[in-house]
Amino acid sequence: MAEIKVMLKYADNPMQPNIQTAMENGAYATAKKHIGITPPQQIIDMVIESSLRGLGGAGFPTGKKWRFLPTDAKTRYLVCNCDESEPGAFKDRYLIERDPHQLIEGMILASYAIGVTKAFIFCRGEYYLGRHLLQKAVDEATERGFLGKNIFGTDIQLEIIVHPSAGAYIAGEETAQLNSLEGYRATPRLKPPFPAVAGLYGKPTVVNNVETLCSVVHIVNYGPQWFLSLGTEKSRGNKIFQVSGHVQRPGCFEFPLGTPLRDVIAAAGGLLSGRSFKACYPGGSSCSLLVERDLGIHMDFESLAARGSALGTASVIVMDDTTDMVKVSLRLMEFYQNESCGKCTPCREGTRWIVQILERMVKGLGTTFDIANIKRLCNGMSETSFCPLAVGAALPVLSAMAEFPEEFQAAVERNPYGHMHTEMPVSYPYR
Amino acid sequence: MMIDANIKQAILDLQSKYPHRRSALIPALHIVQDAIGYLPLDAQAEVAELFDLPTNEVCAIVSFYELFYDKPQGKHHIHVCKNISCMLRGSDQLIEKLCDKLQVAPGGTTKDGLYTLIPSECLGACDRAPMMIVGKDVVGPVTDSDIEALIAKAVKI
Repeated sequence: MAEIKVMLKYADNPMQPNIQTAMENGAYATAKKHIGITPPQQIIDMVIESSLRGLGGAGFPTGKKWRFLPTDAKTRYLVCNCDESEPGAFKDRYLIERDPHQLIEGMILASYAIGVTKAFIFCRGEYYLGRHLLQKAVDEATERGFLGKNIFGTDIQLEIIVHPSAGAYIAGEETAQLNSLEGYRATPRLKPPFPAVAGLYGKPTVVNNVETLCSVVHIVNYGPQWFLSLGTEKSRGNKIFQVSGHVQRPGCFEFPLGTPLRDVIAAAGGLLSGRSFKACYPGGSSCSLLVERDLGIHMDFESLAARGSALGTASVIVMDDTTDMVKVSLRLMEFYQNESCGKCTPCREGTRWIVQILERMVKGLGTTFDIANIKRLCNGMSETSFCPLAVGAALPVLSAMAEFPEEFQAAVERNPYGHMHTEMPVSYPYR
Repeated sequence: MMIDANIKQAILDLQSKYPHRRSALIPALHIVQDAIGYLPLDAQAEVAELFDLPTNEVCAIVSFYELFYDKPQGKHHIHVCKNISCMLRGSDQLIEKLCDKLQVAPGGTTKDGLYTLIPSECLGACDRAPMMIVGKDVVGPVTDSDIEALIAKAVKI
C-alpha cells in the first residue's frame, strides 16, 4: 500500500510554519469558510458521520466525546493534548514543528463546534522548538484576526494558551493532564465524572490529541464521505505511523488505518542491512509485542486488539535479531518505574520490584523463581491500580516473556546457585 | 530576594492569562528556573507567596516534575535519551562516551560548571535515535565522531 499524505502533505516544506506560506497552501481556508456560517451542530455531525476516532492512543470516537458536553453549560474548555511521551512516539512533535497552523485551524473548528472561547495546548516541556513555533503560530493567527475577539470578522471569540508542561509521562492521561493544567501534581482522577461533564476547573472539557484535531480540518474540508473512503470498516481515516528502532530510515509515514505492518516497516526502508526482523511494539511501548508471524497484520484498532495488542499511538518500535529481550524488558520497566506517579502502591512498588528482579537477571544473578514472580507482580499491579499506566507497564514485559520464554529462562540459568533462593530479596526504597 | 521585579511582573501577567491563577504555577516556575538556573528553596517560597500558597505545595510540584531542579545545575543541560528506540541504536554507548569525555557520572555536572549530563526517558525524537537535547536544541542521530564537535558547538549557545 502506498502512503497517502494528508496531514503531512506540507511537512517537508521548511517554510510551512510561516503563516504566509501555510495560507498559500490552504491553511485557514476551511475555518474561514465555516466559522459563523455553518451551524456548529453541523460540524459536530460531520465529525460524528466521519466516525473519526481519537488518535492519541485510546481510539474513543471524537464526535461522541464532543456530544457528551452538557448543552446548558456556559463555560467549556478545549484542551489539546500535546504531552506526547510514549516511548517510540514522535508524531505530535512532527506535526507541531512542521505544520503548527494546521493544529491551530483544527482547534478553531473544534472550539467553534463545541462552543469554546478559551482553549489550551498542553505542550510537553521538552518540546522547546515545537512550543516556540506554536506560540508564534498563535501570535500570527491572532494578528490576522483568526484568533482573539471577532474571529474571521464574526462575533465569535477564541483564545488559545500554549501551556508548557514540565516532564511527566502520566500527564498524557487526560485527567492527570487537567490536574497538571490546574497547577497540581499530574495524578489521574477518578472517572466518572468524565472530563466532558466535569473537567478543567470542574467545567465541561474536551481533551483531544494533536493528530485528532489536525484530522478535523480535513474532515470538514473534504467532507465525511472522503474520510469514510479511507481505512477499514471500523477504523476509518488516516493515521501517522512512526517507525523507529532497527530500520533504515526511521520517521513518520501517513497511511490509511488497516495498512499491513509489513508495508509500514517497508516505508521506513526495512530492517538494517544484514539483520532480520525479530519483534516490534506496534503502538508505543505500552502494548503487547508482535513477532514475525504477525507481519501481515492490519494496523487498525480492531485487528490489533484481536491479536491481544493495541494500536495505541501507532509508534512501531522495530527490533532485529540482535536484540536482547530481557534487556528491553528491563529498560521499559525502568521507564515505567520512573514515570509511575506514586498514587497507587501496587504500581509504585510493583514496577520497582520488577526492575530489581530484571536487573539481577541481566547481571546473571536471577533465581529460578524470578520468572513466576515477575508474572505475579505484573498481573497484581495491573488489576489493582487506578489508571492504565500499570497495565501498560505489565504488557510489554509479559508479552516478551510469552513470546521469548527461552531468553528469560537462559538468563535465569546463568546463575548456578539460582535454585537455592526461594525468597525475593528487594531493597527498601527510602533509606 | 531571589526573584527580581521583572520576573515578578511576568508571573503576575501569566496569572491573569488563566481563568484560575494557580494554573500559572508551572509556567511561572519555568520562568524562575530559566533566570536562576535552578529552584532553590528560597525562590520556591517567593513563588509560593505570589500564589498565596504554602511553600510545601510549591515543593510538591518541583519534586514531582522531571524538568524542575532544586539543586544547582550546569549552565547547559545535555539530556540524552536512554529509552528503547535510542537504546536499540546505541544510546548506552553514547552515554558512556559522554561521561568519559566530560568526566562526569550520569546526572553529574562538569567541574567547570558548564554541563549537566542527564540520561532521560523518551524525548520524542525517535526518528533521530540515538539523540540528545543540548540546551534547547535536538541533536541526532549522534555518531561517535560528532560528539566532540557538538560539545564544542554547545559552548557557544
